[in-house]
Amino acid sequence: MAIYLPIAELSVNAFVLLGMGAAVGFLSGMFGVGGGFLITPLLIFYNIPPAVAVATGANQIVASSVSGVLSHLRRKGVDFKLGTVLLIGGLVGSSIGVLIYSYLRQIGQLDLIIAILYVVLLGIVGALMLKESIGAWRKARAGTPVALRKSGQHNWIHRLPLKIRFKRSRLYISVVPVVLVGAFIGMLAAIMGVGGGFILVPAMIYLLRVPTNVVIGTSLFQIIFVAAYTTIVQAIANQTVDIVLAVLLMLGGVAGAQYGAYAGQRLRGEQLRAMLALLVLAVAFRLAYTLFVAPDDIYTIADGVA
Amino acid sequence: MMLLLRALMVGFVVFFAGAAAAQDDDAERIEIGLSTDVIEITSNFAGEALTIFGSVDNADPLIQRQGRYDIAVVLSGPVDDLTARRKGRVLGVWMNVDDLELPNVPLSYLITSTRFVRDMAERATIERLSLDIPTVKLTRDEEIQAEHDEFLDEVKRIKIDESLYRSFPGGVQFISQSLFKARLELPANVPLGQHVARAYLFKQGTLVAQTRATLNIRKAGLEFAVFQFSREQSATYGLLCVLAALIVGWLGRVIFRRD
Repeated sequence: MAIYLPIAELSVNAFVLLGMGAAVGFLSGMFGVGGGFLITPLLIFYNIPPAVAVATGANQIVASSVSGVLSHLRRKGVDFKLGTVLLIGGLVGSSIGVLIYSYLRQIGQLDLIIAILYVVLLGIVGALMLKESIGAWRKARAGTPVALRKSGQHNWIHRLPLKIRFKRSRLYISVVPVVLVGAFIGMLAAIMGVGGGFILVPAMIYLLRVPTNVVIGTSLFQIIFVAAYTTIVQAIANQTVDIVLAVLLMLGGVAGAQYGAYAGQRLRGEQLRAMLALLVLAVAFRLAYTLFVAPDDIYTIADGVA
Repeated sequence: MMLLLRALMVGFVVFFAGAAAAQDDDAERIEIGLSTDVIEITSNFAGEALTIFGSVDNADPLIQRQGRYDIAVVLSGPVDDLTARRKGRVLGVWMNVDDLELPNVPLSYLITSTRFVRDMAERATIERLSLDIPTVKLTRDEEIQAEHDEFLDEVKRIKIDESLYRSFPGGVQFISQSLFKARLELPANVPLGQHVARAYLFKQGTLVAQTRATLNIRKAGLEFAVFQFSREQSATYGLLCVLAALIVGWLGRVIFRRD
């Protein structure tokens, strides 16, 4: 069924987009990532202009994150206090990111920086997660009980001031690293057009040592706001949010997210993390490939004078 | 088809009006009639043939019979600033390494003529009037032209590849002694905005008359209303997008709940 996208200005097959939304929504619900790092490249492969793909992806993430949070809320898997502190950092970071975004676009290096950021971040995060989860898996098979968070184990983060108690996460840590993590992710989110879940989830697990059962819900909670903010900023600054495209992706995405969250509960933590790691690495390799392959046309033209 | 019919009707009106006024002056004149000064393209627009009708007044019947009148019609699109960029390899990675800013470039340039323009007039005339794609100048700045001719050629090549710069030799035909029709293809990606149609009449290789008309091309329909809303009320539009996402997200949970 052909449907015309008013902002992207082209006709697409509605079922392809529904399917794309459903697939990404499933992974999103399962792993607690917004899915932006998947939906944006997928849309670009489907010939949607990159600017529209980035901005519309953010809009779709709002819907799938809301749907996901509602299901995690039921399992008491959302730490609102932690989420709010992350969010405060996130909005600051995102505002800085928007400024960097427009500067890079002005000098014509936006696409390159986005691709490099994806490759480097996805590569590092994917590799670290894969290594950790395979190790945990082995230990679990050998019968050794594994605890991600060993009691009494403290790293440098626990020596920072301004400590706050996060009851749901059973954490007593300084707000400084939490705000910084939020800000860093907000900044990347604005530049890369993603919610940042794929970095936030590992950062919360490994850096802040938040228990796995609240990580996903809390990450999604924070992503709702960052993605909503990004959507509005993109709509105002670049006018590239396509509401028809977004709604199609959302309809598929929210259905997928519920099944994904359900499937995620059946899987063990380390399996889940290993699968997410492989997915992240696959996207990183795909993007690295495009960086090194000669483009079809080395000349491009863009409207407007920088 | 509607376009063509409407164009035809107005074409005749112009023709008769022109004929009536032409009695006190024996120099040739050229008139073109656009059916409407606005073309609305809908969401399924995949390019369309545009026919412009026109008339030549006071044509010398002998020269006309010998086929020595020639007509060229140019439909040039709205002008806008362009930035052209060139990618190069840096440490193995392809990135933009050079750019050129071009102010006021016609976004489209469509030429239709009775014959190949090089057979119609002197080279200098063709260049002055930009009647052949290779003679179209992307900038009037001679410094840019001298220093960046490679860049300019590539920009023009991209425009040609996108069917935005194109010529249609043989697209203009006389349908009577004095009436002619000029056909050209509007590409699917035709730029929106004010287009200018210019018509030139050549008699035995000499430019004897010219005229112009404007044409506004814009989007129509619901999709266009959405497009315009996103441009004019962008903050409200963004908020609506987020609201839609919140509602769909909540509905998705209610409908597809699995636990």
